Amino acid sequence: MEIGMLPISASKRGKLLAAGYTTLHSIATTSITHLATDIEVSESEALEILNFATRNSALERSSGSNTNVIQVGGQTAWDMLNEERFSSSITTSCADLDNILGGGINCKEVTEIGGVPGIGKTQIGIQLAVNVQIPLDYGGLGGKAIYIDTEGSFMVERVLQIAEACIEDMSEYSHHFHKDNQAYGVKMHPNSILENIFYFRVCSYTEQIALVNYLDKFVTEHKDVKIIIIDSVTFHFRQDFEDMALRTRLLGEMSLKLMKLAKNFSLAVVMLNQVTTKHVEGSFQLTLALGDSWSHSCTNRIILYWNGDERHAYIDKSPSLKSASAPYSVTSRGIRNSTSSSKRIKMV
Amino acid sequence: MANKLINQLGLPKSIANIFAARNIITAKAALSLTEFELMELLDVGMTEVTFAMAHISEVVCPPCQTALLLMEQRVRNESLAGHLPTRLKGLDEALCGGIPFGVLTELVGPPGIGKTQFCLKLSLLASLPVNCGGLEGRVIYIDVESKFSSKRLIEIGTKSFPEIFHKKGMAQEMAGRIMILRPTSLSEFAESLHRIKVSLLQQQVKLLIIDSMAALVLGEHDSGASRQQALGWHVSFIKSLAEFSRIPIVLTNQVRSQIGDESLMYSFQARSHSTKEDTPVTFDSHLVAALGINWAHAVTIRLVLESKSGQRFIKLAKSPISPPLAFPFNITASGIVLLDDNGIEMKGPEINNIHCQGLSLRFLVIRSVECILSEHKNFFGKIKP
Repeated sequence: MEIGMLPISASKRGKLLAAGYTTLHSIATTSITHLATDIEVSESEALEILNFATRNSALERSSGSNTNVIQVGGQTAWDMLNEERFSSSITTSCADLDNILGGGINCKEVTEIGGVPGIGKTQIGIQLAVNVQIPLDYGGLGGKAIYIDTEGSFMVERVLQIAEACIEDMSEYSHHFHKDNQAYGVKMHPNSILENIFYFRVCSYTEQIALVNYLDKFVTEHKDVKIIIIDSVTFHFRQDFEDMALRTRLLGEMSLKLMKLAKNFSLAVVMLNQVTTKHVEGSFQLTLALGDSWSHSCTNRIILYWNGDERHAYIDKSPSLKSASAPYSVTSRGIRNSTSSSKRIKMV
Repeated sequence: MANKLINQLGLPKSIANIFAARNIITAKAALSLTEFELMELLDVGMTEVTFAMAHISEVVCPPCQTALLLMEQRVRNESLAGHLPTRLKGLDEALCGGIPFGVLTELVGPPGIGKTQFCLKLSLLASLPVNCGGLEGRVIYIDVESKFSSKRLIEIGTKSFPEIFHKKGMAQEMAGRIMILRPTSLSEFAESLHRIKVSLLQQQVKLLIIDSMAALVLGEHDSGASRQQALGWHVSFIKSLAEFSRIPIVLTNQVRSQIGDESLMYSFQARSHSTKEDTPVTFDSHLVAALGINWAHAVTIRLVLESKSGQRFIKLAKSPISPPLAFPFNITASGIVLLDDNGIEMKGPEINNIHCQGLSLRFLVIRSVECILSEHKNFFGKIKP
């Protein structure tokens, strides 16, 4: 039913059908006063319905004409290609990992990172929250970070450690490449890095949903936020739910909102996920939590796992990146390249 | 926060009445429905629903802080920026000061390895006056398996802090700050937690120890699903307790054996694995922590105590602030003592493994029997350890 596409209340829809308006075209061709008297609503409400109907039928009529697509909010693939060339990414401080990611965690995309406890998910989250602040002069985005903590694993001492190491690396870099220019010293202080991380502690799934709803307003007021990290998106949704279907719907809505945020504000959204066991083909396998429908919700999916004694990251799902895995390590300075000398990137 | 009533949130009267008419009274009820469902239920347009939900979300959403603010608060308000020193130098350094406030720290290991000894020492340390490095507060010790020995507590106290304990009345004051609760079932435990929450508010309690979490949960439910549900609720509650009261919470966990050598793999690993030669299937049993993978995610710091070739080790298996170190230790009259303050760095998932080689067999048998007997207290009457 075409009328079903209009974002109006159920009773108004019912009245439209009862009065004989079954297609959008029929609404679009009538006048406001006729509509108002036919379905017994005020003229302003009738005008609203008319606007919705004409917008939608314009979409139908102009399928095939490029200029009209742009008028109704679409984009051609060529324009998107040009945009993607200039889209930015946030480094993970591990060159191997950045390589398989095509430069780093991409802005305008939702990336999910999951793994067993202790593999380094929170470490990567904190590293990204610090790296997004690397100034433009050093190849970074110079942005701020939002860190949404659902488990209480955000430890400020560790953030300080990573921030200090990042500043040291930056000054070493400027030392090497700008030896002649003394004035190129790094002016950042670890406290200013801490100040640019907005921290929210979420204690229930309702707070989590409320926060994601509120982020639209928050990011509008803080336009320099370039990354949102949710650590972890799973925790509250694993404990309280008896109604699994409701959980799937709520998670779906939440992930749609996050994707819209990523696209509208050109920022990166990183969701950290836990693991669970799944019975597949007679044996138990590890898989990321929250179910099969959730696995469709993110743009990219990275799984962190142990390969012998080394930590590896594997790109499980991505529309543009090849499936590959790269080693990384967690050091006192944060995420860095793995120190083993064996062959680096393994194409799968 | 989420239980706020919708009519108190400052929404325009018309929309607030519509919510009430459809029996959506709390913010939680409104947020538990998708916006499309709300549109259908309330019979209003999308714009009104979005506006109302944006307003409700803004009120329910937690306050924004910056990481800098967090750090300054901790440094200003809490002793040692939010850590309880364990007096084990190597461990304290690795943990940036000691057991952190506001998060769950788990001690896991085979029976008889020293978990309860560690807990006794910690409760003593928390009750010490501030000028001696303690928190000068009360301790709530939830003793599920009746392992708490006040005699041993005083012994540890007099051997570790002789100058304090030999003063008149100090031993009584210290021991008087430690409250022991003995819940016999999970529901009784939940009730005591609610009562504890109230006393935490009054700022008296500085440490909560639960010894052991596994005994509490494993005794109750048979099937996996209901046990996981019950555990899940309790974990959330304990975590929020820790968070909101900013005290350290220490829990002990048991081990169980797992047959076979197959570690769990992901599907993409299984694919590449099956092309290699099949490794012979071993049927050695080894130890893993009880309570499952969900629990392993929920704790913030996991300390594994194990015994390898007769030497006991305490390992930092999971910690966001420390490298994976293992420290050899012994248990003396004054509690746990580290033999080497520079830990051994362990590579890879080895740090999560739990060994039990070399603990005196007679000792193990006695401790295991004690555990079994304490569970069947009703049958055997009062037990003397």
